[in-house]
Amino acid sequence: MFLHGYLPSILDGAVLTLKLAAAALAVSVLLGLIGAMFKMAPSKALRTLAELYSTVVRGVPDLVWMFLLFFGVQMLLNDAATAMGWAAPDIDPFIAGVLTLGFIFGAYMTETFRGAIMAVPKGQMEAGAAYGMGPLRIFLRITFPQMVRFALPSFTNNWLVLVKSTALVSVIGLNDVMYRADAAKSNTQEPFTVYMLVALIFLVITSVSNILLGMLERRYSTGLKENGL
Amino acid sequence: MIDFHLILEKLPAFLGGADGQPLLSTSDGIVMTLQLLGASLLLGMLLAIPLALGRVSKNRLLSGSVWLYTYIFRGTPLLVQLFIIYYGLSQFDAVRASWLWQYLQDAWFCAILAFTLNTAAYTTEIIAGQIRTTHWGEIEAARAMGMSKWLMMRRIVIPSALRRALPAYSNEVIMMMQSTAVAGLVTLADITGVARRIYSDTYMAFEPFLVAGAIYLALTFLFVWLFKQAEQRWLAYLAPRKH
Repeated sequence: MFLHGYLPSILDGAVLTLKLAAAALAVSVLLGLIGAMFKMAPSKALRTLAELYSTVVRGVPDLVWMFLLFFGVQMLLNDAATAMGWAAPDIDPFIAGVLTLGFIFGAYMTETFRGAIMAVPKGQMEAGAAYGMGPLRIFLRITFPQMVRFALPSFTNNWLVLVKSTALVSVIGLNDVMYRADAAKSNTQEPFTVYMLVALIFLVITSVSNILLGMLERRYSTGLKENGL
Repeated sequence: MIDFHLILEKLPAFLGGADGQPLLSTSDGIVMTLQLLGASLLLGMLLAIPLALGRVSKNRLLSGSVWLYTYIFRGTPLLVQLFIIYYGLSQFDAVRASWLWQYLQDAWFCAILAFTLNTAAYTTEIIAGQIRTTHWGEIEAARAMGMSKWLMMRRIVIPSALRRALPAYSNEVIMMMQSTAVAGLVTLADITGVARRIYSDTYMAFEPFLVAGAIYLALTFLFVWLFKQAEQRWLAYLAPRKH
């Protein structure tokens, strides 16, 4: 039998990996939008905060962030709980993984969105204001639909790096595809087959993402006048 | 909350000086990270230049095979590539019986092999992209001088493409420096490996990984600065005019 019946277990892990990546993407987009707005805010304190976030997070490997946030924060929470006389809280590894990856990639998204918003001509927003739109409506109706085209290439790249980074979360004890593969490796004595299968799963995810995001890119470039070369 | 004594006491461990030994008595920590990075970047570049030429070749079979290689290595996580080489290859008796086995058993060798193949894939695409966008005037001038195809590649196209690849390559180097952290997951004592060892010895998590993170951050700034100098030296001719 192929992989002694470990195939379903690995595929289950792959589903968890996908869920984790999708949830982390949502967190990172939210943090990225906030970060980009802070970076362009009139307040110097907000700008410095966003600059610090995007620089420090991008300057440290994601693996180190995972160890630091997962083990470190858990330990701090334990200490705090003991000091308060409470029971030590249990952090769910899935939530921890989502928040950690979302926190890391939020920094990359901050740069993506900042560049994209700056690429939308200022007159567009001013026109919105002239029509009496509020800041939120201007963002949703005018800035956002136009910035998507500029943000998509870098967004695609961030998503692909994020998907590949999920391979690291098994270090914090999540039952993801790498964790299942490790169990299958020990029990089947077929490490090559197991990890090739994992590689294939990741290749399928990244390929499908490339195709879908490429279609989206064309969709958001409709009406764009090409130089005709 | 944060134990600064522990940080000070364990700081030498990141520079090869664990347990009261003099600094640099082993290559643990920063030296190991820089070794892995330096070796894989050098070997990766040596692979990437010929591969980039293959990638832009008019021969479909050649450019297609190079594309397949870069596609696979860029589409899968480095950790999986490292595990395939370090754990996976032992599945085959032929590999275990061959002279290669003494190297493939060694985590350090496997890490350099995986990192090299990975960075070579990204670097190939970076250089190939720059070769494609070489200004037609440079090629026309080379042809007008009567250069053969290979002479033109060697003297004009490759040097020009490598210079223009610097900004993208600097990103790749910094990404690769951070990616070497996965070496700590296959028993190697790089910066992350040392931090993990301190964690398992002391059960203190915040301090060792805080120090490791600070070291990586400092290295990132160092590389950003170095590449800025390099760009000023080799890309000055592309900078916008200042006056």
